[in-house]
Amino acid sequence: MPTVSVKRDLLFQALGRTFTDEEFDELCFEFGLELDEITSEKDIISREQGDQKASEASDVVLYKIDVPANRYDLLCLEGLVRGLQQLSILLPEYIRDPDQNWLSLLLSVQTASVRPHAVAAVLRNITFTPERYDSFIELQEKLHQNICRRRTLVAIGTHDLDTISGPFTYTAKAPDDIRFKPLNQNQEYSATQLMGFYKTDSHLRHYLHIIEDEPLYPVIYDSNGIVLSMPPIINGDHSKISVNTKNVFIECTATDLTKAKIVLDMIVTMFSEHCDQPFTLNGVVELAYRTETLSADYINSKVGINETAESIAQLLTRMCLKSEVTSDGAEIQVEIPPTRSDVIHACDIMEDAAMAYGFNNITRTTPRTYTVANQFPLNKLTELLRLDLATAGFTEALTFALCSQEDIADKLQKNLKDTKAVHISNPKTAEFQVARTTLLPGLLKTLAANRKMPLPLKLFEISDVVLRDESTDVGARNSRRLCAVYYNKTPGFEVIHGLLDRVMQLLEVKPGRNHGYYIQAAEDSTYFPGRCAEIFSHGKSIGRLGVLHPDVINSFELTMPCSALDIDIEPFL
Amino acid sequence: MADTGILESLLRLVDKVDGGIDSQVVASSLGVDHQVVVGAVKSVQALGEVIEAEQRSSKHWELTGEGQEIAEQGSHEARVFKAIPEEGLSQSQLMVESIEDVVRKKLQQVQMGHSSQLEEKEKNELKKRKLLTEVTVKSYWITKGSNFSTIITKQETELTPEMIASGSWKEKKFKPYNFDAMGVAPDSGHLHPLMKVRTQFRQIFLEMGFTEMPTNNFIESSFWNFDSLFQPQQHPARDQHDTFFLSDPAVAHDFPQDYLERVKKVHSEGGYGSQGYKYDWKIEEAQKNILRTHTTAVSARMLYKLAQQEEFTPVKYFSIDRVFRNETLDATHLAEFHQIEGVVADYGLTLGDLMGVLHQFFTKLGITKLRFKPAYNPYTEPSMEVFSYHKGLNKWVEVGNSGVFRPEMLLPMGLPEGVSVIAWGLSLERPTMIKYGINNIRELVGHKVNLQMVYDSPVCRLDS
Repeated sequence: MPTVSVKRDLLFQALGRTFTDEEFDELCFEFGLELDEITSEKDIISREQGDQKASEASDVVLYKIDVPANRYDLLCLEGLVRGLQQLSILLPEYIRDPDQNWLSLLLSVQTASVRPHAVAAVLRNITFTPERYDSFIELQEKLHQNICRRRTLVAIGTHDLDTISGPFTYTAKAPDDIRFKPLNQNQEYSATQLMGFYKTDSHLRHYLHIIEDEPLYPVIYDSNGIVLSMPPIINGDHSKISVNTKNVFIECTATDLTKAKIVLDMIVTMFSEHCDQPFTLNGVVELAYRTETLSADYINSKVGINETAESIAQLLTRMCLKSEVTSDGAEIQVEIPPTRSDVIHACDIMEDAAMAYGFNNITRTTPRTYTVANQFPLNKLTELLRLDLATAGFTEALTFALCSQEDIADKLQKNLKDTKAVHISNPKTAEFQVARTTLLPGLLKTLAANRKMPLPLKLFEISDVVLRDESTDVGARNSRRLCAVYYNKTPGFEVIHGLLDRVMQLLEVKPGRNHGYYIQAAEDSTYFPGRCAEIFSHGKSIGRLGVLHPDVINSFELTMPCSALDIDIEPFL
Repeated sequence: MADTGILESLLRLVDKVDGGIDSQVVASSLGVDHQVVVGAVKSVQALGEVIEAEQRSSKHWELTGEGQEIAEQGSHEARVFKAIPEEGLSQSQLMVESIEDVVRKKLQQVQMGHSSQLEEKEKNELKKRKLLTEVTVKSYWITKGSNFSTIITKQETELTPEMIASGSWKEKKFKPYNFDAMGVAPDSGHLHPLMKVRTQFRQIFLEMGFTEMPTNNFIESSFWNFDSLFQPQQHPARDQHDTFFLSDPAVAHDFPQDYLERVKKVHSEGGYGSQGYKYDWKIEEAQKNILRTHTTAVSARMLYKLAQQEEFTPVKYFSIDRVFRNETLDATHLAEFHQIEGVVADYGLTLGDLMGVLHQFFTKLGITKLRFKPAYNPYTEPSMEVFSYHKGLNKWVEVGNSGVFRPEMLLPMGLPEGVSVIAWGLSLERPTMIKYGINNIRELVGHKVNLQMVYDSPVCRLDS
């Protein structure tokens, strides 16, 4: 969820009324926003850098508001005010400037391989104040971090139009052929030099990877060959904007055209209110108004309310979706403004109607859906066995499904290749390299963490391991295992063997060769030689039991003898 | 236990005196060591309220070994005098004709118990000469108890099979138990507290008529985990920073081809009344295998399966199982946790129905005061966060997420137009941590937990 920081008093001024913190919190709740924090610049600096540094800072109250991830129209003060001002009858009408005095942006084919799309617009005769200017910069940053996916999908550049002249050209060139003075620097660099230069920049280094390995870098020139920007990295210094800029040229370059249009629409619709002709826009802006027609019955039956078409139209209009009942009274026509890119289906309008009605005013009803409950058979068996294992004196452990390669291979004296493990490609630490192929390491680690507890320690777990399996669509499957360990001064093979006998008794399998179960000496590097047996039930191997190898005991930082039982319970379904 | 003779003699003495008697007096009058009397007092006390004994301490003077020798044989000086033979020493060497052995006399007085006749100064002088020592004696002041009797009845410690057989228990008195002591812990196994809570949640769903989904597939394709849920391919949740991807097996195969085409179309072009996301949907992205980030991937598979039925039948599904997130870990977040999920599919379900079902579900958890906040989720619309009023914290806290699945998810599956699917989810760990007062999730889940916590965890009743 993006967080937007706004000055409280400016917000209240724009909303035309004041609220207590509680009232504002309540308003946010109803709109699906969250008043996350009430703070000030002074507070923030004092918290991060100490009181001394904060003494000069402003103590104007700031509201930090969490905004839903799809509401790009609420990422700045201007947008929040429009969204929250639910009683405003006058909705802004965004129009394209009929005066076709707009500037063209020529796209060259070279950009196709690196960043194929670009759209641009102009904010004419804008009046910035320091607050508006900050909000303008802040909005671009919020858009970059959210819908633009850290500039990978869309990058925004803003320029002082009075310092450059169209038509503009968006092209791509070899890095050594691009030379310009980047924003806030004193000298020219080639693009290749710049990429090296920004390697250590705490902010910009995160974006270098987007184009770094491309043969051609995207670049925008004006008609005099001045570099406006090298998207998505940096703008040129020549055209930089300031609080005194009157005409702003905005370009969005992108790998996703839909999102580029949304981003451009968002910036111009938000800030055109500060232009001499508010909400009148120039450029390649989509400004796509759309009309959805739906019935009152649709809204009523989906939400569970019973409102007239007129009242629903009013509810929607309050949510900035201008709505009218059609002349025959049967349907509602809803106009979706360009700011509401989140509305892509009638159900999105339905949600706005429900929000305006108030989620908490809707009557809570019980659906009459009649169904009979069933347990998943594997889970039913698991639940029953867990209870009986605890009754047999063993304590249930709960260990992680992810672990290191070492846990399932080296430490158990197995070869990783023989484990049939699935491997994770992006683990942040070694703890998440593979999904476990056996429950044993988890139980041994639990023993190790509880060496101070009185002996004997008797643990079990019934849970899933993951194995490669070509026969499934994803190439892997879970397998439900029962694993138990006995840890004491004596190995206690007879205890773990007794537990196996008890489990078989619970599963109604009698001792015996053919239709029963039996154990047979087996070689297994995890176990002490001569102290391991394979378990067969109905002629099929279902697992092993035995005394663990001293090297295995050591590798899990244990000191006492330990016996273990490890079986697959799925054959008993 | 002291022998009965002593006990009865003691009781007879106590019986004779008014107001009580000191144990030292008892010792001297019975002619036994004081420690024997102390033992007898304790034995009688154990019989119940026969006597009352108040501990006292007194000081008295006693002779040291050397002092005793002097009391018996005379002081060293007197002994020298006596040792002079009849025939004598030379007159000049004998300064006195007779002596009075004062030291011996004084010591004998102490020996006879008359130390009070000596002055403090004299006693201290003898103490300095290591002939006397002052000792503190602990004794008991013994009085009759409420059940006083001069006859001893022996107390039994435990009821025995013989007593039951012979009926002798009727005549016997039994030693009282110390009810303040703890009992011996039973020798037993224990269930893990998180799993106990899981059992309760399963129970609640079963009581509400929900059928359990098969969630035993930790590995999922991005297609079922994201694409089928109308979660766009550039969504941040599909980022390397949030999701565990697999290197082996890296990709999934065998998707239902018709359905996959419909999913592709609704993402890239829209349809079913939707504008879609209008981007270039790629099969390569959908094929990527991951550790599932939510059990909703299984709900998607189940709803797709339901849509393939000849005729739609309403369903209520639930699951509680592990999900995985490649997130930054802290006191309340691990890379894996359990998700609880409920899903209802039927014709004509409303947002009010979702709130009603949630109300019933949370009532079973002992939570009756709920309110709902609009939220955003790519696959539900409307989406609601569920808040409950926490009396301890004195504020509304988020307890779950819910919503109505989007038509862009349901219609490509082939579910009939009028069918709505409502769903909600929450984590199993959070309510468990609140229930058992655990602040750090590592104290609840994983191999580092203290088994004592598991041993000591109470039964789980979520509604009380």
